[in-house]
Amino acid sequence: MRIARALLVPALLLAAWEALSRSGAVSPLVLPAPSQVLLRWVAYARPAEPWDPARGGAIAWLFSGELPRDALASLARVAGGFAIGAGLALPLGLLMGARPAVHDLLNPLIQVLRPIPPIAFIPLAILWFGLGNPPALFLITLGAFFPVLMNTIAGVRHVDTIYLRAARNLGADEWTVFRRVMLPAALPHVLTGMRVGLGVAFIVVIVAEMIAVNSGLGYRILEAREYFWSDKIIAGMASIGLAGLAIDLLMSRLNGWLLRWHRGIEG
Amino acid sequence: MGEAEPAILMRGVRKVFAAGGREVVALGGIDLSVAPGELVCLLGPSGCGKSTLLNAVAGFSPPTSGTILAGGRPVTAPGPDRAMVFQEYALFPWLTVERNVAFGLEMRGEPRQAVREKVAAWLEKLHLRDFRDRFPKDLSGGMRQRVAIARVLAIDPPMLLMDEPFGALDALTRRNLQDELLRIWAELGKTVLFVTHGIEESIYLADRVVVMTYRPGTVKRIVPVTLPRPRDPASPAFNELKKVVNALVMEEQARHAVAEMGAAAG
Repeated sequence: MRIARALLVPALLLAAWEALSRSGAVSPLVLPAPSQVLLRWVAYARPAEPWDPARGGAIAWLFSGELPRDALASLARVAGGFAIGAGLALPLGLLMGARPAVHDLLNPLIQVLRPIPPIAFIPLAILWFGLGNPPALFLITLGAFFPVLMNTIAGVRHVDTIYLRAARNLGADEWTVFRRVMLPAALPHVLTGMRVGLGVAFIVVIVAEMIAVNSGLGYRILEAREYFWSDKIIAGMASIGLAGLAIDLLMSRLNGWLLRWHRGIEG
Repeated sequence: MGEAEPAILMRGVRKVFAAGGREVVALGGIDLSVAPGELVCLLGPSGCGKSTLLNAVAGFSPPTSGTILAGGRPVTAPGPDRAMVFQEYALFPWLTVERNVAFGLEMRGEPRQAVREKVAAWLEKLHLRDFRDRFPKDLSGGMRQRVAIARVLAIDPPMLLMDEPFGALDALTRRNLQDELLRIWAELGKTVLFVTHGIEESIYLADRVVVMTYRPGTVKRIVPVTLPRPRDPASPAFNELKKVVNALVMEEQARHAVAEMGAAAG
């Protein structure tokens, strides 16, 4: 019953869209019918060649289509840029959160750089790194860096002093307090930052691919525009949406498990 | 009491806070001595500085002047010889019950096997065995405070500092934990310094009730409680004592109320 209700509005919209496109009121170049998009999507996703056991494993064949290769290229860039960005932001954020002197030293610079959207770095990124993966990775790193940094700082600074007191009272030295109390207590904030950072990284990868590289989901929909393949554009957009949803769900599952002790989380 | 060295000795303990450009004298020169194995309650209205005094003994917040000796040594920092039980439990929410109780033992670098055995024994003693794999968020307030008590008892401290530990619990759970505390105290002979604003609680538990004045906090009167344990709060002797202590506390409560209204008017 609930599933039926959840599907009702999308189904009606799709039906209306299909009817509109078939009526001839709009050009299929501007708005192709959903059925046409679906066919194009299948063609985009399907392995290019028939299954031939002599030429490699089943999984490699399954992912040999254009869409899986594009999706993997985009996800690999997100993973790489996010790993670098979060990998830099996490230790820096912990340090800035725990040491007010370091915070005072670096905070002004960060406050000036933080509001600049990563997209605005595109010209500089191309100037510095040329075209290809390096500028894309740089932009994604930048996109992931600040959300993780800001949330980590906030997480460390907002650790309830009562936990610090309890730990010191039980004989913990400062390093142990940091490692065994501040770190886990800040974890909910840190993970929130990572989830936001991953979301930004995913936005940035699409933009970066439109500009700097010639693979990936972002590149593909811009390429499709050159040929007026509006059905492929929409299929690509839907793929981007699903990939983003998958990343967020995965992250949310991981958070739920890591924070299973946390009050706000069910289960 | 004269012959043994006191477990806690406070001499001229003063604490001054700066609040909004004004100086607030929270503690106005406290002299107090607690004998080893004694259970002493600090009693007074909120703002009398009883928690401030406890925090000073714990080493969280040193006094502005005066000295505190614990076990004969001056207090300079927090330490496991003065184990604290907080009103808010202060359990580490990311650790299970078992791992919370193990924390202090791990800090001492005890071998894993010894930690496991001690933790198991304390969980058993405080009826927590079936909850050892739970996280604090899945426990009731009373259970959480049991875990907090097990956590400090596991490191076998000579004294316990308790900051309104049962203040957030319902009446039945509170009585239950008071009895548990008395049982453990009688068995282990720990020195206990117990902060409360509950008049009945202080008489039910303490060897001596230290009634404190409202700001600056000083010792108003020390009321010895000689009633045999277990004490019956419905008995005439208990109620006589309650009247005496109540009168002392109400005088300070009245000063507190006047001061608050004055602050609101000013």
